[in-house]
Amino acid sequence: MSKLAAYRRSPIALIVLLFLGLTFTGTAYAALQPTAPADGAVASATASDDVEEGKKLFLANCASCHGTNAEGKTGINTAGPSLVGVGSAAVDFQVGTGRMPMAAPGVQAAEKPVVFTDKEIEQLGIFIDSLGPGPQVPDAQYIDLVNADIANGGKIFRTNCAMCHNSSAQGGALTRGKFAPDLMNVEPKHLYEAMLTGPQSMPVFNDHTITPQEKEDVIAFIKNIEEGGNDFGGHTLGSVGPAGDALFIWTIGIGLLIAAAIWLGRKAA
Amino acid sequence: MTTIPQGAGSVRDRSTTETSTDDAKPSLPPPVVWADERLGVAKGMGLFKKVFPDHWSFLLGEIAMYSMIICLITGTFLTFWFVPSMAHVVYDGSYVPLKGVGMSEAYASTLDISFDIKGGLLIRQLHHWAALLFIVGIALHVARVFFTGAFRKPRELNWVIGTVLSLLAIIEGFAGYSLPDDLLSGTGIRAMNGFMSSAPVIGTYLTFFVFGGEFPGESIIPRLYIAHVLLLPALLVGLFAVHIFLVFWHKHTQYPGPGRTNNNVVGFPLLPVYTAKAGGFFFIVFGLTALISATVTINAVWAYGPYDPAQVTAGSQPDFYMWFSDGALRLLPGFMEFELWGFTFSPQIFLGSLVLLPLVWIILGAYPFIEQWVTGDKREHHLLDRPRNAPVRTAIGTAGISMYLVLALATINDIIAIKLHLSINDITVALRVLFFLAPVVAFMVTKRLCLSLQRADRELVLHGTESGRIQRTADGRFYEVHEDLSEYDRWPLVQHEPMRPLSVTEESETDEYGVDRPRGIAYKARRALSEFYFKDRVEPVTPAEVAAAHHHGEAEALPGGHAEALEESHAEEHASLRSDDRH
Repeated sequence: MSKLAAYRRSPIALIVLLFLGLTFTGTAYAALQPTAPADGAVASATASDDVEEGKKLFLANCASCHGTNAEGKTGINTAGPSLVGVGSAAVDFQVGTGRMPMAAPGVQAAEKPVVFTDKEIEQLGIFIDSLGPGPQVPDAQYIDLVNADIANGGKIFRTNCAMCHNSSAQGGALTRGKFAPDLMNVEPKHLYEAMLTGPQSMPVFNDHTITPQEKEDVIAFIKNIEEGGNDFGGHTLGSVGPAGDALFIWTIGIGLLIAAAIWLGRKAA
Repeated sequence: MTTIPQGAGSVRDRSTTETSTDDAKPSLPPPVVWADERLGVAKGMGLFKKVFPDHWSFLLGEIAMYSMIICLITGTFLTFWFVPSMAHVVYDGSYVPLKGVGMSEAYASTLDISFDIKGGLLIRQLHHWAALLFIVGIALHVARVFFTGAFRKPRELNWVIGTVLSLLAIIEGFAGYSLPDDLLSGTGIRAMNGFMSSAPVIGTYLTFFVFGGEFPGESIIPRLYIAHVLLLPALLVGLFAVHIFLVFWHKHTQYPGPGRTNNNVVGFPLLPVYTAKAGGFFFIVFGLTALISATVTINAVWAYGPYDPAQVTAGSQPDFYMWFSDGALRLLPGFMEFELWGFTFSPQIFLGSLVLLPLVWIILGAYPFIEQWVTGDKREHHLLDRPRNAPVRTAIGTAGISMYLVLALATINDIIAIKLHLSINDITVALRVLFFLAPVVAFMVTKRLCLSLQRADRELVLHGTESGRIQRTADGRFYEVHEDLSEYDRWPLVQHEPMRPLSVTEESETDEYGVDRPRGIAYKARRALSEFYFKDRVEPVTPAEVAAAHHHGEAEALPGGHAEALEESHAEEHASLRSDDRH
């Protein structure tokens, strides 16, 4: 019997094989998975005219889907909405969180590393603003969270946001693979802009339905959760409600007790 | 004799045998004598001599029992502060994100227990984790009893009591997690309201009766409270007392093994061994539950906010024991709803709630009687089956569990969708297919596995284990020496009875002229079911087969018959064993 054959019969052979298989699969996936274009087409920022610079950036990075005049396009893999009148707030949110430009067409633009500098995002926004008036990037006073009312923010959040984003802002599922993302570690500015512009499947909450001060309250409520304001009583198990509890009790919880029962059952009288 | 207390018959009996000279002084501690003179407790001392067999799976029911006790203790603590009222208050406690928010007294008092009563949050979490463990323990206990056939005569009634207990337990759980009146539990009550409304004709009347008017009204929390702290616990504890009494009355079942028969119980007496073990296990369960409750949050009611019928949160699920019903609602297609004579009928809700819930427990409770009818086995069984030796029963069990799991998973279709980046629609379609497919596959796979395991047992009994020792015969052939099992190891593998279908054990369907015998429909159904249960089977090894295997086991492996010497030595070695087997 060769050495290899002997190892094959070892009780840990299965575990080693499993480990190797998982490692191989993981490595192959990491090597072969589609990635976002990393070039970013960084333009030199020497031009004085921001609109011109913004337009250049737009033509280089956005026009393939949104059209050369941001009028929108229809097509199998290049469909994009018109950007006339979406405002610099929408640009700041979509580009500032890395959702735009999209890596690939899909049901929903996913968050990913930002490919533009702040200056470039601003220039893109100015260009979009030049096409038609739209919502603007919020004033600093509404995102500094000074004097924000967390409890009021909670009320507004539960009425308007929790049905998709979950009452602990942990995100939730929408139809056909779309989803409401979790709202942890999102900049206050982007939270504000999302409410204002209603990206993707989200409805628009303009300044009449939720006033700027109320938006600040909502942001403060989310930030309070992020900073652990709800974390009482131990590990939160991901704040997904009874699903986390069930997973825990059926694995670790009952596992501990069965281990104790086996120990006791083996113990001599 | 005059000093022997009245009513101490057992003491008197024992004292005559143990101390024949001085039978005037029973050797019992004074407190027992004192109590016996007044209550006759010595009669009950026989209880402590009851013998219990040792196996970890027998402790699964104890996990449930102890969790129930923890719930009773912690629940009493919670009633000191919980206010079961839907009256409106404005919160002014120490949890800042809800300060100044209007809510019910029930929710406000739950927040107070969590944040302002010393130890309140720990006790609340202990109560909830113990409640989950209670039902996990019940589920595993039911599975153990089912798969080992412990429900067979004479324990069918106790099985029925157990199924009723499990149903009461989940209703108790539902009533309990509905009490805090937070956004999640209020959504659960709304769902219950929907279930009731779906009852044809009487639905609306039913909800108005239970809720005291339109949803949500102000009555449901106080009513659920009384159900949760008085009605259901009384039923649970009362039925549980009967359940455990019957365990004593019937004596505990045991796994097959050397010296264990249908007429004895091999194990340790309740006193001192089992009182120590079971008592110790209570502290282990309590300790581990306390450890979990101190380190892991459960039901963070403060994060959900107060209930408001206009609000809902993503990821609304009930506690896991209601999942199968909630999941059925998510899988039933909406097009089933129809209108007739101006009334709306909603079978897509009715089937998944008011039909499914009782149906599951009726099937569960009826199973022992169905199996008994099929097998026609009216004898008492105190020896447990190894699950592999009842392949179809085991397969029915896993098929049922797979169906239950598919329904349960459907409840968390939204959580699965976001955690695994899948489309919720695809998950729902896949689970709809799996609901019908999974039980069939689970049944076939389990049955085949059981039959294979039985064949492996046969193989092991007839040919022994591979010793890893290679021997060379005189003419240069090599073979591996197989070592026979010891009679202790062999017994559990061969002790079970062969289960044969009626087509084998009873006369054929046609008489000697080939004409069908006149049979009732019931008999034909029984015969078909018997075929379904026992057509595919592996017969247990008979003593004759063991003997035969020893005679030519090794000789077969050595064509040419050059191993007479070896064979003879084996035959001598096992001559005594064979004679034992025939006893």
